[in-house]
Amino acid sequence: MITEVAQQKQEHPMEKLLRMDRIPHIWCPTCGIGTTVTALAVALEQLELDLDNVAVVSGIGCTGRVAGYMKLDSFHTTHGRAIPFAFGLHVARPDMKVIVFSGDGDLISIGGNHFIHTARRNVDITVICVNNFIYAMTGGQVAPTTPLTAKSSTSPYGNYEHPFNLPLLAASSGAVYVARWTALHIRRLTTAFKEAISKRGFSFVEVIAPCSTLYARLNKLGDGLDLMKFYHDNSIIKHGADPKDIDIEYQSKITVGKFVDIEKPTFLDCLNNRNKEVFGDKYKIYGGGNGHNRD
Amino acid sequence: MKYWRTPLDIDKIKIPRGELHIIKERCKGCGFCVEYCPKGVLKLSDEFNSKGYHPPVAIKPDECVNCDLCEMLCPDFAIYCLRAEDVEKEVTS
Repeated sequence: MITEVAQQKQEHPMEKLLRMDRIPHIWCPTCGIGTTVTALAVALEQLELDLDNVAVVSGIGCTGRVAGYMKLDSFHTTHGRAIPFAFGLHVARPDMKVIVFSGDGDLISIGGNHFIHTARRNVDITVICVNNFIYAMTGGQVAPTTPLTAKSSTSPYGNYEHPFNLPLLAASSGAVYVARWTALHIRRLTTAFKEAISKRGFSFVEVIAPCSTLYARLNKLGDGLDLMKFYHDNSIIKHGADPKDIDIEYQSKITVGKFVDIEKPTFLDCLNNRNKEVFGDKYKIYGGGNGHNRD
Repeated sequence: MKYWRTPLDIDKIKIPRGELHIIKERCKGCGFCVEYCPKGVLKLSDEFNSKGYHPPVAIKPDECVNCDLCEMLCPDFAIYCLRAEDVEKEVTS
């Protein structure tokens, strides 16, 4: 039915958004990060944005490699400093859509302070945090998101430190859009990415992704496919749930959905409004008409 | 699937058909596409690619309905689906 010539002519629909000279990527078999990248690529495609005005910023870690694989303006920052770089990029180029794509160890552990303060100032960037519950690239050390009693290479008898609840952290710091999905909820995840990128203000999406080589192996949970099946059986979709009630315990039910979607003036709005109040007509609004368009 | 009655617009509804394309050398044999294909089109094959993984093979290629779930779930960008009509059009033109 289909000829060999036609088969050669066709290329994967994602190829225009990926740096194909770097593919195949380094992620392990059954890792969920590649799936999340696909969701972001599809979301960008469906939003029909000018891709010259989209930037992806990553930190260090498995998920930090995303900046290197996406054929967009991208920057691979030092450990934990993805959000400060994105903040600077946004302030210098307010017309640009800046997406931070990084892992839990990078964004919440070493970059935790940047995360809460950028959320507090409501800077108009999108933060995508792939949460695999462990420091995967460095060998499976305990992370600030590792659930209680889960084993890691630095907690061989089970973790005894309370983990962060990321949607609660983001919502209480001032994020205007907070959602959590797993790597299996691929279509809902794409919709969440579309909403988060379109949203004005600090939007945060947590993606629960399987880590087969470390988290699943050290806890004897099978491989990534078994974790995907676990997400399938144990995810509860609850839009608008109170972020206080959605802690993740070891192998417990995972509440997913869109938890926060509010309107709030952004960092540049507040900057322009305050200076306008103080200086009156002498002040020229930064960043064009509404503070987010540059001529 | 058995319906209680024949839908009124059954002659107008056309079930979409998809053409599966598998890039065997890029596959890491995770099995996501095999597990979550709603039509059970795929199966992990016995053959090896050059890295030693078993890429999937379409055992019922005519049943693919172009839902794109395999394409979205594949972490290695190794499988994709095209609408069968579009493919035919491109081949003939």
